[in-house]
Amino acid sequence: MADFIFWIIWALIVASAALVAFGNNLIHSVFALMGTFLGVAGIYIFLNADFLAVTQIVVYVGGILVLLVFGIMLTNKISSAQISQSSVQKWLGLIVVLGVLTIILTAVLPHDWVGSITPMAFNETVAGIGKLLFTEYLILFEIASVLLLGALIGAATLARKEL
Amino acid sequence: MDQLNSYLILSAILFSLGLYTVVTRRNAVAILMGVELILNAANINFVAFSKFVTHSLDGHLISVFIIMLAAAEAAVALAIVLNLYNDRRHINVDEANALKQ
Repeated sequence: MADFIFWIIWALIVASAALVAFGNNLIHSVFALMGTFLGVAGIYIFLNADFLAVTQIVVYVGGILVLLVFGIMLTNKISSAQISQSSVQKWLGLIVVLGVLTIILTAVLPHDWVGSITPMAFNETVAGIGKLLFTEYLILFEIASVLLLGALIGAATLARKEL
Repeated sequence: MDQLNSYLILSAILFSLGLYTVVTRRNAVAILMGVELILNAANINFVAFSKFVTHSLDGHLISVFIIMLAAAEAAVALAIVLNLYNDRRHINVDEANALKQ
């Protein structure tokens, strides 16, 4: 049963990401992107990452996706519901990307990863992440807070009318 | 689902679709969506290796920081896109090839 759900989510992610990449309607692409984000949250649950799954839903679906919709609504005349988008050099792009995919798969799949026989058993991760965040990753945590402040001020400054 | 490879294949496909979106789209917001796909693919890899190979929480920590960076990047990029739209009434990146018009 769990296997079945896993492959359903797997197919959902690939299908909705393909719609993001190949769709003609920008609004459809954004909603397909929501499917991808929710599917990735499901994959996190299969990977024992409970905290990350919730963070994925809160930050991506609740934050970034809304920002993207705002970006589309503010940059298109929404009197027509059909917001089309075009692509350039589709075939060249497809060839290059398929080449990249082949290279990645041939490099990664035959490799014998050490320790991949026994997956980690499920433990709740929130306490562990909190501990690591304030011990080993403290510097990274502080730099991240400064970066978020910088991004906040930068975005507010850039979005003003009189720049 | 207990195979590392199924996650790696998913991540590679997701990365390729994101790369395709970034290189072929003309709309700046669509390109941002491609970048988010790529970051999600990287996150899946980090967490999968964390479960199957290193058996530690370090991959989760890196993923948290990547999600945070993605949020900051989306906010700043959309501010730039809005400025571009105010300046030229379109956000096609292949036509935005001058610093000033």
